[in-house]
Amino acid sequence: MASHSPEHYKTHYYVPDSSVYPFVSSIALFFIALGGASLVNGYAIGPKMMTIGGIGLASLLFIWFRRVIAESPDYNMDVDKSFRMGMAWFIFSEVMFFAAFFGALYYLRNLAVPWLAETELLWPGFEAMWPSSGPLGAQIVTNGVPSATEISEATKYGLIDPLHLPLYNTLILLTSSVTLTISHHALRASNRAQTIIWLAITVALGVWFLALQVTEYIEAYQQLGLTLGTGVYGSTFFMLTGFHGFHVTLGAFILFIVLLRCMKGHFTPERHFVFEAGAWYWHFVDVVWVGLFIFVYIL
Amino acid sequence: MSDTAVAHGHDHAHDHDHDHDHDHKPTGFRRWFMSTNHKDIGTLYLIFSLTMLFLGGAMALVIRAELFQPGLQFVDPHFFNQMTTMHALIMVFGAVMPGFVGFANWMVPLMVGAPDMALPRMNNWSFWILPFAFSILLLSFFVPGGAPAAGWTLYAPLTVQGGMSVDMAIVAIHMMGISSIMGAINIIVTTLNMRAPGMTLMKMPMFVWTWLITAFLLIAVMPVFAGAVTMLLTDRHFGTAFFNPAGGGDPVLFQHIFWFFGHPEVYIMILPAFGIISQIIPTFARKPLFGYSSMVFATAAIAFLSFIVWAHHMFTVGMPLQGELFFMYATMLISVPTGVKVFNWVTTMWRGSMTFETPMLYAIGVVFLFTMGGLSGLMLAITPADFQYHDTYFVVAHFHYVLFSGAVMAMMGGTFYWLPKWCGHMYNETLGKWHFWLTTIFFNITFFPQHFLGLAGMPRRYADYPIQFTEFNQWSTVGAFGLGISQLLFVYIIVSTVRGGKKATTEVWDNPEGLEWTVPSPAPFHTFDEPPVVK
Repeated sequence: MASHSPEHYKTHYYVPDSSVYPFVSSIALFFIALGGASLVNGYAIGPKMMTIGGIGLASLLFIWFRRVIAESPDYNMDVDKSFRMGMAWFIFSEVMFFAAFFGALYYLRNLAVPWLAETELLWPGFEAMWPSSGPLGAQIVTNGVPSATEISEATKYGLIDPLHLPLYNTLILLTSSVTLTISHHALRASNRAQTIIWLAITVALGVWFLALQVTEYIEAYQQLGLTLGTGVYGSTFFMLTGFHGFHVTLGAFILFIVLLRCMKGHFTPERHFVFEAGAWYWHFVDVVWVGLFIFVYIL
Repeated sequence: MSDTAVAHGHDHAHDHDHDHDHDHKPTGFRRWFMSTNHKDIGTLYLIFSLTMLFLGGAMALVIRAELFQPGLQFVDPHFFNQMTTMHALIMVFGAVMPGFVGFANWMVPLMVGAPDMALPRMNNWSFWILPFAFSILLLSFFVPGGAPAAGWTLYAPLTVQGGMSVDMAIVAIHMMGISSIMGAINIIVTTLNMRAPGMTLMKMPMFVWTWLITAFLLIAVMPVFAGAVTMLLTDRHFGTAFFNPAGGGDPVLFQHIFWFFGHPEVYIMILPAFGIISQIIPTFARKPLFGYSSMVFATAAIAFLSFIVWAHHMFTVGMPLQGELFFMYATMLISVPTGVKVFNWVTTMWRGSMTFETPMLYAIGVVFLFTMGGLSGLMLAITPADFQYHDTYFVVAHFHYVLFSGAVMAMMGGTFYWLPKWCGHMYNETLGKWHFWLTTIFFNITFFPQHFLGLAGMPRRYADYPIQFTEFNQWSTVGAFGLGISQLLFVYIIVSTVRGGKKATTEVWDNPEGLEWTVPSPAPFHTFDEPPVVK
């Protein structure tokens, strides 16, 4: 099938020829998954399996995407549309993944904690409030950086000030969405220099966001005593922001690859699916952040 | 547009002999492990599903053997619990879901007139993840403490305390989720983007419609399940407190998230079955499907309602009264679109020139038996009644009527219906009918008595029971072994049909509707290289 001339694919859907990548990628996933299960149970082989699987999967994806890039001149607009639809539905699945954690946050905050406080029999003296780390968890001390004496008591924790790093991060991410759009417009107007500059700024803003997020985590763990184990507040805070940070990392990586491809001149004003897919993904992590900023940090 | 397509079609007919040279199939490893062909990948899915059906079935027979008599005979209770858990996980994620994906792979491109699935390499990846995911799940039998034994629903807090097998189940579920989501994206994109000219959405065969909606459900809920098991994993190993009241959490939260996935999941397992039935009945009643558009809207309505009924699985967990009432009424509402479907099938048969080949027997069997499962579901939907039925064998009987005599029997009917198209040979009609009757009769012997057991109060998931439940359990066990052994006949029929038999014609049946019946039997390796035109 794949041996047809480029003319052929103007009227025919591109059905790629057979490939060993999916099979080998599945083996890599097997190693990562089984290695992960071994790791959390303290087996020494776990990290080794994960390393083998991780390197295997990363290399496979590199080779796979390289082949797709090489084939892409043969893809007609129908294939392009399939890719777009695929990306859109993938982002929908990501939205639902975050919805599970936002749902958990809602349930814990508005139902579980009040119910625990209602039953005097079980946890006498526990009062419903948010943030809460539960009846046996650490107690909240202050709405900012606690004093040294406060931190020395191991069962106390402080909160991240939403108007400090989180606010900067909000502005950074929102700005990055704008710069990305400027870059996209430049691409459509065939202005390659502008495309590259604004895209590079976007990636830099993404990295800056991540750096601030790491700073915030260090502050939370070392100064505020706020950890993943700080009851339901710590759980929801770190799981939501953590998964978001992971997605920002992925999105920045995608945009970085897109940037390299822009520099190589892979895209035309009409055909640049990967650019748009990366942009959609970036806007998606942006929107999730706005949700986090409101529901996790401010409220 | 359609003029040029017609011209292409003529050219294509002219070229057919040359095309045959192009039709070279890869062989061996290249064909089966590196495939980008929807038919081969569909076959792989179907073989995988059948293998898992036997594996899960063998576990069911261990359960039934133990329950033949009160007291402990063959296995210890912990192993019994591993059997109930693994039987369900394997049947749900290994047999039923991949089975339907196999049907979708084979039939959706043929039915919409596409050359292949929209994203063929990803299609192969969706499949190949599954054998590895199930290897991990099955390896859990050999770790300390054995396989997961907390029930397929993996409820916290029991699973927070379990051994390494729970982690293996979690990572296996993550892999299955990746596979399902990629498979579902592929089906949606194929359906929306690759239809032949003239094939409007409202001209699509019902099977394609049901799979389109099923794929939407999959993308919407598999990530939620991934979220639930991720919270479980972090509660187990990283000190989070999602399901731990001491940290402000709540084990009931797991149930809510699980069933937000779990209820759409049961429709994921039944909607494609509805699709298959909606293809079979018109063919053998020799009438078009009655109420096509109402069928489409009923499917969409069921999908919508599936998102707002999840808590009917947990009426006894202690919810506020308003919650119990809302979920009761919402659940009962589902019987309206489901009823529309059943009436449409019956009305399609009304005054049709009916014949009763094996696929039709299956279709009629499904309409009868699934409806019984639907009615027991209606009983379970009534909150106060459910307090009595909850976690009894009545529930077990209910979901086996919808899952076995709904989903699995629909797939068996679909297999007989399309097998001639897949392999080019007719199956042996006498043996096919034998298989139908053996399956149906033994199925009812197995599961009908479980209604009585449940109503009398026998709880599910126990290795032992009081002596007054003995007789019904013995009926059930005898039926289960008969049901299991009858499936060997199914394998025999499939294998012998693939190997030889009467040549099937292009149409196979008497003037059936649909593009799949316009390509030769067996369907050539590449079909619809040039899009056909649908008027």
